Amino acid sequence: MKFLNNELVSEFFEDKLAVAGLVIFVILSLLALFPSYVTYQNPYDLTQLYLENSFRPPGSDFFLGTDEQGRDIYSAMIYGLRISLYVGLASTILSVIIGYTLGLISGYYGGWVDTIIMRIADIQLSFPAILIALIIMALWGEGVGKIIIAITIVNWVYYARTARGVVLSEKEKDYAQSAKALGMGNLSIIFKEIMPNTTAPIIVIATVRIANAIILEATLSFLGLGVPITEPSLGSLISNGYQVLFSGYWWASVFPGMLLMVLIISINLIGDRMRDIMNPRLKR
Amino acid sequence: MSQSNVKLLEVRDVEKVFSVKVGTFEKKDLHALNKVSFDIYRGKTLSLVGESGCGKTTIGKTILGLYQATSGHIMYKGRDIATLTPTQRGHLQKDIQMIFQDPYSSLNPRKKIKTILEQPLKIHTDMTPKEREKTLHELCDDVGIDYSYLERYPHQFSGGQRQRIAIARAIILRPELVLADEPISALDVSIQAQILNLMMDLKQKYQLTTLFITHDISVVKHISDQVAVMYLGEIVEYADKKELFARPMHPYTKMLFSTVPDINTPLATESVLKTGEIQSPIDLPKGCFFQHRCPVKEARCETEHPGLTDVGNQHLVRCPVVQDNGQ
Amino acid sequence: MALLEVNDLKTHFFTKKGIVKSVDGISFQIEKGEILGIVGESGAGKSITGFSILRLIDDPGRIVEGEIIFDGEDLVPKSEEEMQTIRGNKISMVFQDPQTSLNPVITIGDQLIEAIVYHNRNVSKKEAFERCVAILEKVGLPAARKRMGSYPHQLSGGMKQRVVIAMALLNDPRLLIADEPTTALDVTIQAQILYLMKKLSQDFGSSLILITHDIAVVSQLCDRIAVMYAGRIVEYGTKEEIIFDPKHPYTRGLIACLPKLNDDTDRLYQIPGIMPSLLNLPEGCYFKDRCELADETCDVYPEKQVFGERVVFCHKVT
Repeated sequence: MKFLNNELVSEFFEDKLAVAGLVIFVILSLLALFPSYVTYQNPYDLTQLYLENSFRPPGSDFFLGTDEQGRDIYSAMIYGLRISLYVGLASTILSVIIGYTLGLISGYYGGWVDTIIMRIADIQLSFPAILIALIIMALWGEGVGKIIIAITIVNWVYYARTARGVVLSEKEKDYAQSAKALGMGNLSIIFKEIMPNTTAPIIVIATVRIANAIILEATLSFLGLGVPITEPSLGSLISNGYQVLFSGYWWASVFPGMLLMVLIISINLIGDRMRDIMNPRLKR
Repeated sequence: MSQSNVKLLEVRDVEKVFSVKVGTFEKKDLHALNKVSFDIYRGKTLSLVGESGCGKTTIGKTILGLYQATSGHIMYKGRDIATLTPTQRGHLQKDIQMIFQDPYSSLNPRKKIKTILEQPLKIHTDMTPKEREKTLHELCDDVGIDYSYLERYPHQFSGGQRQRIAIARAIILRPELVLADEPISALDVSIQAQILNLMMDLKQKYQLTTLFITHDISVVKHISDQVAVMYLGEIVEYADKKELFARPMHPYTKMLFSTVPDINTPLATESVLKTGEIQSPIDLPKGCFFQHRCPVKEARCETEHPGLTDVGNQHLVRCPVVQDNGQ
Repeated sequence: MALLEVNDLKTHFFTKKGIVKSVDGISFQIEKGEILGIVGESGAGKSITGFSILRLIDDPGRIVEGEIIFDGEDLVPKSEEEMQTIRGNKISMVFQDPQTSLNPVITIGDQLIEAIVYHNRNVSKKEAFERCVAILEKVGLPAARKRMGSYPHQLSGGMKQRVVIAMALLNDPRLLIADEPTTALDVTIQAQILYLMKKLSQDFGSSLILITHDIAVVSQLCDRIAVMYAGRIVEYGTKEEIIFDPKHPYTRGLIACLPKLNDDTDRLYQIPGIMPSLLNLPEGCYFKDRCELADETCDVYPEKQVFGERVVFCHKVT
């Protein structure tokens, strides 16, 4: 696979916008990975909070101001970014594993296996994602782990459907038929022969859906059904600050919002470029 | 050759019906194979000629086990393949190999050539890596691919080269029977010549038995021992190569010959337009399947479905009209 | 004056791996009503020539040199808007794969009508419909009127190709370019389509450029033949000259490797090797590595030799 990566990589870097997106994403990831180095307060450590610092405007001693508990917004944003990225990536990885596998099996075997999996997928898709996540969270309660599972449950469907679509066309191709004629077992054919030819669209979708997962989590947190208040994500920060938005303390909501926006845009730029470079490759 | 009368494969009255959707709710029967029978002798090449839709690919895939025959028998070395246990079928898969038509989709685009060629060895033999390498070296010499190219991916090769690789993959296990489904149709004419010669050389070297499937009757002259012409799921003419080329009898066979572009003959005249098209294998006509395109059709052709009769010299024809006229 | 005159056309592709000279200095002419065949193996540049005439060359390729004089005007400097009035109208193209040439989600009737209406704003839908039916009948599509409402997947390969040809002829083009139009079809259907194209070209008075890898096919239809190899023409002349008295070793090779129904030899003649990659062309004659007659003189690219109407590029021809 080595040479394939080199060509893809150089094509990716041709688009300045995509590179900008990648750079931003990497910076944000680094910030999220080493929050203690870049922040001057751990907003979860209650001993570091002083109520007298509440609602300080940006500029002063606190870079971007503080919220009602005296939490430094900037520090809270970085820790929030961490949670958002963690939830987005973890849920995407899990939904890819589950959805991709189910899609491959569904597409290859067809029959009742396919029918059952796809009908479950259809039923799920007929409900808005938010609703499903809400129901799950309402039943299970808060917690980072639970929200990851909820988002995974919402998102596996997209990968399953895409993988299934590609498998349906690939399995009729001569190389797959030839493997069958050679005596290869079904599972070998699925995972060794067909799967490598299905990765391109999955990668593209996954890149974009990380952004969706992050937004979903942010929305849930905004609505108060996401992460607990002790581990705020960007969404809950926005929510928190929203309550006092119109009292004039805008910084508590706006800055986390802007950071979330930058994160999502950077991911989308990467995803768009991936989609563009993957497509003509498929035609070759 | 002492082996020339040993039957390796016997196809007897094989029928294959597919159920296809016509419109939203209706399903109809597609009769891909209608009691097809032929034999393939060890060390010989039988060519199966016919247009798209005549069932030649279907019979190939049925022999290979990718489809189940609806009725009829396929006997390999005297045993009906439908009665084999899965383990026995597994052994069979080593003995019968296929070369596909499209050099662009028959090789997994994500695998190196080396991986593709080693796979059959890994599945069906227990050779050591060194032994496998030696085998691959010999194979590359056989098919005319540079050994150093094995580290490359399919898309780095031309159509002709890919087909050589496909042929290499098919013969690497020294199969008893090779099914070649339109192996040269997708190639340039100049490359077709190379690949045909290659196949003939390999046939000689390894005493290969081949079923060569094609729509182009002009290419079978060099590679075949016997030729069978198929139309809408049945054999309409069958003979030794020399006999068929010297004395084609069935109107369809003659039509196939007349439409081959030959530099010495000018473009066929208006009559070419009357040759029509093969119809769909759904709703087959009563009587002779070829009646709507046949220049010598008579009244009885609409009601009686002709059988295959021997007109001497082991030459079989499915047409009472030409038989009677003593062509 | 010739209908189409191509002078020293060069179409190059500027890729990361280097410059691919797909078409590197070719010249030919077609008179009104003539049929020209462009023959060569895959990669010779024949399709790119066809696309160049219609200015359908996209990044990273472009026409770097040469003239394409159609009806007295050079097409090379024309703008995209001007070319759009010519494509599908004065010059039409038929592509190789009938499966993908037609839009699968629009009926063939709608596609045909669109082709008319786009170039003729003042034609009513009804009139366009009748014209389409007429032309479908002319191309031999059975039940033409009914078929106007069919979708492409309901037609066989041969029928689809007829529809594509009909679409190309709708606006009475002066020139039709057919790129491997029968390669994807069975031999019996191929014969019908070739005959059809010849007849229609005579009936409509249009010229035809037939691009193919099969020299037997061009021998059936064409008045003139150009043989291309690695981006250049190696031989060019009338059909009789090229088919019955080929001078260039490559042309001889192409004819020799045709399977012949009447000869009894066991092996087919084959031209050894394959065409060199356009990124890695040899010094001198491009064909020398596959040529039986090659020697040191061939390390220099051959000059043009003219024999009456014939043109050959080979040192070994006298």
